[in-house]
Amino acid sequence: MNDIEFEIDGKKVTASKGMTVLETAQKEGIYIPTLCHHEKLEPFGACRVCIVEVESRGATKLVVSCVYPAEKNIIVRTRSPKVDRIRKTIIELLMAHAPDAPQLLEMAAVYGAVPNRYEKDPSFCIHCGLCVRYCAEVAKKHALGFVDRGVHKEISFIPEIAAKECHACKECFPLCPTSYLQAVFVLTEALSFPDSAVKK
Amino acid sequence: MRDIIFTIGGGIPNGKKFKAVQTGGPSGGCIPEDKLDLPVGFDELTRAGSMMGSGGMIAMDEDTCMVDVARYFISFLTDESCGKCVPCREGLRQMHRILTNITKGQGKQGDIELLEELAETAVEASLCALGKSAPNPFLSTLKYFREEYEAHITEKRCPALSCKELISFYIDPEKCKACGTCRKACPASAINGDKKIIHIIDQDKCTKCGTCFEVCPTKFGAVTKLSGVPVPAPIPEDQRTIKKKSKENE
Ligand code: SF4
Ligand code: SF4
Ligand code: SF4
Ligand code: SF4
Ligand code: FES
Repeated sequence: MNDIEFEIDGKKVTASKGMTVLETAQKEGIYIPTLCHHEKLEPFGACRVCIVEVESRGATKLVVSCVYPAEKNIIVRTRSPKVDRIRKTIIELLMAHAPDAPQLLEMAAVYGAVPNRYEKDPSFCIHCGLCVRYCAEVAKKHALGFVDRGVHKEISFIPEIAAKECHACKECFPLCPTSYLQAVFVLTEALSFPDSAVKK
Repeated sequence: MRDIIFTIGGGIPNGKKFKAVQTGGPSGGCIPEDKLDLPVGFDELTRAGSMMGSGGMIAMDEDTCMVDVARYFISFLTDESCGKCVPCREGLRQMHRILTNITKGQGKQGDIELLEELAETAVEASLCALGKSAPNPFLSTLKYFREEYEAHITEKRCPALSCKELISFYIDPEKCKACGTCRKACPASAINGDKKIIHIIDQDKCTKCGTCFEVCPTKFGAVTKLSGVPVPAPIPEDQRTIKKKSKENE
């Protein structure tokens, strides 16, 4: 057997080749918060909230568990003062965009995140990329993508494709942790292909 | 490093005092005077809180505000970030906001701690090296020039007399010789005066462009910058006429 044995929070766990630390933890019922992870999608590693401490041959480092592969004999700690502090900051930063997102509120309670710690931003997208990746990887339509970079990065529908595909699909809508995706869709629809909106 | 700046580079012009050198490009850090004898090496610079990076160096004199320097580089990095991960994209966005507020005199108690938290998160949790090194401009200036941060936040004072929102231009009535140079040069017509009448800046009209400060002849040096203190009330009208010369002539 090529089972990989290691430890998460003091518990002996086993993973098979190719599994990530997060997948192993989920299989074992150990909670690690996530925002940009989805079981059907390739790991993305963007929200960084799934960060954990890994001890390997005496050295401790921080890694994001949704990307980090299970490795023999490592010791994983899903919480530590530093991990908690980083998660708290990440949640607070995202609450500046999506103060009412249920997932964020839940995590905020666990990590003591304070809403309104940072100045609000009038955009609700938290750039988890679930919509973009779902459409590309699962629906295979490439009807939306990220545009621009840095603090100007936003998601955007590609009207020519969205007009044809989205009404029949709408599969990515429920994945969005905020209401942003639908809002952008409605806006794109109204601006770019109002006819199909009327027809539906 | 001292050799590069003072021998090869010719030192600081206009008799100004050296303050810090920024090395390594935008995500490098600032190194103060007392670390100038460091050899320019990868380890030495990293240990001092900066880096070799691009190998570039920016020497700064006493007129440079270190909070503003941090704000400038972080602002640059908000555009350079690819925007994928939260610690870098959102962390830099908020760091830039807080630093901007501080340079505008809107800093609050707790801002330094908040910046430190954001810096830790970006350093520890960013996806790539850009995010991990992006807080350097803040961390290094805080390390060596913490008092400048505190002056901005608690006293609303910019020690380098650089942050526009925190300084005022003021003509010292003792020194003004009513030459009129500043009055003619002021683009905002904010300076009142006449021949032999001591010049006064109308603080409400002044746009803090700094022209008067530049043009006032060095031998008078009457225009000064103030920060953290109220601008003295203009001298009473009846004392504004310059009489000294006539007295001497008598
Ligand atoms: S609704 Fe549109 S954007 Fe979403 S997955 Fe389907 S085709 Fe892609
Ligand atoms: S619109 Fe929603 S699903 Fe898409 S990246 Fe933004 S927050 Fe994520
Ligand atoms: S740290 Fe790297 S990956 Fe993350 S947003 Fe910044 S530039 Fe992009
Ligand atoms: S700083 Fe500029 S606007 Fe203000 S008084 Fe001087 S020259 Fe005029
Ligand atoms: S869930 Fe791992 S980085 Fe988002």
